[in-house]
Amino acid sequence: MIQLRTWKVVLVLLAAVFGLVFTLPNALPTSVTDHMPALLSKRLNLGLDLQGGSYLLLEVDTDSLHKEQLTNLTEDVRRTLTDGSIGFTGLGVAGDTVRVRLNNQGQVGAATSLLRSKLVQASAQGVRDLNVDAGPDQSVVLSYPAATWRELSASAVQQSIEVVRRRIDSLGTREPTIIRQGLNRIQIEAPGESDPEKLKAIIGQTAKLTFHMLDQDTPLDQAAGHIPPEDELLPSETPSEPQGVLVRRRVIVSGADLVDARVAFDQQGQPAVSLRFNGHGGDLFGQMTAQNVGRRFAIVLDGKVITDPNILGAIPGGTGQISGSFTEETASNLALLLRSGALPAKLNFIEQRTVGAELGADAVRAGAISLGIGAVAIFVFIICAYGLFGVFAAIALLVNVLMIFGAMSITQATLTFPGIAGLILTLAVAVDANVLIYERMRDEAHAGRTPIMAADQGFRRALVSIIDANVTTMISALIMFQFGSGAVRGFAWTLFVGVLTSVFTAVLITQVLIGWWFRVAKPKALPIA
Amino acid sequence: MRWPLIRFLPRQTHFKFVKWAPIAAAVSALLVVGSIACLATRGLNLGIDFKGGELIEIVTPGPAPLNALRASLARHGANDPQVQGFGAPNSAMLRFKPANGSDPVQAVNAMRTSLTQDFPGIQIKRAEAVGAKVSGELLTHGFLALGVALTLMLVYIWFRFQLQFGLGAVLAVLHDIVLTLGILSVLQIEFSMTSIAALLTVIGYSMNEKVITFDRLRENLRKYRRMPLRDVIDLSENERLSRTLITGSTALLALAGALIFGGPVLFPLVFSMVFGIFVGTYSSIYVALPLVLVWGVKRGDEVIPAPSKAAKAAAQRP
Repeated sequence: MIQLRTWKVVLVLLAAVFGLVFTLPNALPTSVTDHMPALLSKRLNLGLDLQGGSYLLLEVDTDSLHKEQLTNLTEDVRRTLTDGSIGFTGLGVAGDTVRVRLNNQGQVGAATSLLRSKLVQASAQGVRDLNVDAGPDQSVVLSYPAATWRELSASAVQQSIEVVRRRIDSLGTREPTIIRQGLNRIQIEAPGESDPEKLKAIIGQTAKLTFHMLDQDTPLDQAAGHIPPEDELLPSETPSEPQGVLVRRRVIVSGADLVDARVAFDQQGQPAVSLRFNGHGGDLFGQMTAQNVGRRFAIVLDGKVITDPNILGAIPGGTGQISGSFTEETASNLALLLRSGALPAKLNFIEQRTVGAELGADAVRAGAISLGIGAVAIFVFIICAYGLFGVFAAIALLVNVLMIFGAMSITQATLTFPGIAGLILTLAVAVDANVLIYERMRDEAHAGRTPIMAADQGFRRALVSIIDANVTTMISALIMFQFGSGAVRGFAWTLFVGVLTSVFTAVLITQVLIGWWFRVAKPKALPIA
Repeated sequence: MRWPLIRFLPRQTHFKFVKWAPIAAAVSALLVVGSIACLATRGLNLGIDFKGGELIEIVTPGPAPLNALRASLARHGANDPQVQGFGAPNSAMLRFKPANGSDPVQAVNAMRTSLTQDFPGIQIKRAEAVGAKVSGELLTHGFLALGVALTLMLVYIWFRFQLQFGLGAVLAVLHDIVLTLGILSVLQIEFSMTSIAALLTVIGYSMNEKVITFDRLRENLRKYRRMPLRDVIDLSENERLSRTLITGSTALLALAGALIFGGPVLFPLVFSMVFGIFVGTYSSIYVALPLVLVWGVKRGDEVIPAPSKAAKAAAQRP
C-alpha cells in the first residue's frame, strides 16, 4: 500500500491543483476575476449571516384561498340556478361544501344536472373537479374532491412564487433567491438588503384588481344590516364615502386580463395608472361601459374601492385609467404590482431575519481569526507530536482546507458562520485519521516489523476504523441537511464536504508523501516509533 | 532523538480502566439524573428560533442604556422584554414577544422604527422575527433530526459490529446528549437552531469515538480469544490511549480559538462542541464499554457482515 503508485500520485496532484485553482478566486480582487472565465472565478457563497441581508419566509394562505373558492362557487350556483329559473332558498357554504335547498322537490334532478353541465369540468382522465350530488331535504350539495383542493393549493403556491419573482426582479434588488419550502411556503433571501421594508411592501400586497358595477338601487343607509345577497359592502378610499360602497359581487373584468399598466397623469395633472387590457378584457370592458352609460362602476384593489367613477360613454379599444388619490410613488408601485400580476392568495410573513452588513463583516473577521488560530494550533501540535510525519499530516491538512474551499466555491454551497465552526472541527477530525494511522504504525513497529512493513500495515489497518468513523459523521451531516434550515444546512454541507476531502487527504496524500520519503531517505527506523 | 513528542507518551500503559467503571457508573447516573432534573425544573433557555418572538441586536453611540432600552420596549407594547449587553459595552441584545395577537414580523419592524426614534444614532445590526407556527416546527424538526440520526447510527453499528455494540454506543451517545443539554440548562446558555447543529456534531464526534473504541476491542477479541472480556477491554483502552489523548487535545486546541474569538454568536455552538468532546471521550470508555461488558459479547464466532481485507489479515494472524 505504501508503494508509490502512479495513479495515486496523479490523483493527489490533481486534487491539490483543483483545490488551489478553485480557491484562488477568493484571494483575488474582483478586477482580476471579472476577466476570468466564469467557471474559474467563482467565489465562496457567503451566507446572509456573513455578508448581511434579509431572509423572509412567507406562507401562502391556502385557508383563505379555499374560502374564496367556495364563495365563488356559491355565486356561480346562484347565477346558474337563477338563469335556469329554478327557485331556491338557503344557498350557502356549509363546512367544505356549498348547499342549496330547492323550493320544489321535483326539481332536484334537473338542478343537479344543470349545475353539473355548467360548473363541472372533467379532466382528460375523466376525473371530475367538482362533485354535485342530491342531498337530503330537497337540497343539492356541491363539494370539491381532495385532489382538486391539493391542485388548487399547489398551483397557488407555484403562481405566488412566479409573481413574487417578477415583482422582486422589477425592483432590481441584488440577486435574491426565491425558493419553495415545504408545501406552501416561499423562502426569500436577499443579500445586502438590510432593511426589507420596501421588499415586503412589494411582496406582501395581493394586488387583486377587479371591476364591479355599483348597486345604486339600494340606498346605503337602508342596506345596513341587510345587504342583498348579490351585493357586498366594501370600504372606499374616497374620503366622501366613509361608510363604504355597495358593489355587485359579480366581477366584470379583473387584473388577470391586463397586459400593461403604467404611470400616467389625469386631466388635472394628478398621477394615475393607465391600463391596457387584452382582447377578452377589452371586449368585456367595452361592453360594460357601453351598456351602463350614466351609471357608476367601482375599481376594487384588494377588497378596497379605489375609485368609483361615472361612466361617461362607451370606452372601446381596451384601455382605461385609474385615478384616485395617488402620489407618483404609490402610482408607480401599483403599476408595478398590476404588471407583475396578482397573487392568487394572501401571503403571510411568518419569519424574518435581517443581518446588517457590518455585523456580517464582524462575523467574517471572527470566523477568519478562529479558523486561523485553530489551523495553526493543529499544525503546531501535530508537528510537535509526530515530527516529520506531523509535517506530512500538516501538508495533507493544508490541501484539505484548499479542497474544502475549492469545493464550496465551485458548488456555490453557502458558507455560514456556524459552518466555520463546523470547518474547524472537521480539520480536527481529519487529523484524527492521521493519528490513527501513525499510532497503528507505532504498534506495528514495536511488534517487530520493518519500517516499511509497519508503515504499510499502519495505513492498511487504520483504514477500516477511519471509514467506519467517518460514515457516522456523514450520517449526522446528511440528517442535518435534511432537517435543518438556513444556517444549519450550511453547517451540514461544510461538514459533509469536509469529511469527504478529509478521508481523501489524510489517507492518500500522507501515503504518497511517506512513500516518497521512503524512496528518498531509505530510513532505518520510523521517526515516530 | 526524542523530538517528536509522541515518544514521551509511554507506548504501553497498564491502567485498570474497568476497575473504575462502577464508580464512573455512579457518577454518570448522578449527572444524568441531575441534568434531567435541571431540564425539568429550569428548562432550556430557548431562543426565538424555538419559542417564537423577536430579537434585535443594536449598537449604541455610548454605553448601551439597558434600562432605558427595556423601558422603551415596554412602552411600545412589547411583551416580556429582555435586554442584555452583548459582547461589547455599547452593544445590546433585545428580546421580546409581540403585543398579544399582533403579527411578529410587523412588530419587529415597528419596533425598529420606534427604537431609532427613541435613541437617535443607534445602529440596528440584526433583527429577527419568528412566528409561533414556525418556531414550533423548528423545535419538532430539531429533535426529530436527533432521533433519526441516532437510529441510523444504531443501525450502522449493528450492521458493522453486533447489536450489543450498537445499543451500547447509542446509549452512551444519549448520555452525552442529556449531559450536554443539562449543562446548557444549568448555565442557561441560549438554545437555538445552531445548538441542534452542535448536538448533532457532538453525536457525530462521540459516535466517532465509539467506533474507534469498538474497532480496537473487536480486533483484540479476535486476537486473544481466551482472555476475559474485562481484560480485553483494559488492553484495548491502553493500546489506544495515546490516540485518544492526541485527537482529543487537537480538537480542543483547534476549537479554543473559536471559543475565545468567535464572539457571542458562535459561543453557544463552540461551547457545546468542546463540552461534547470531553463527554464523548469519557462515555466511550465509561458508558459504552461497561454496557458491552455487562451484556457480554459473542466470542469466537466474530462474524462481521463484510469482512474487509484488514479484518481478514487480522483473523489469519496466529
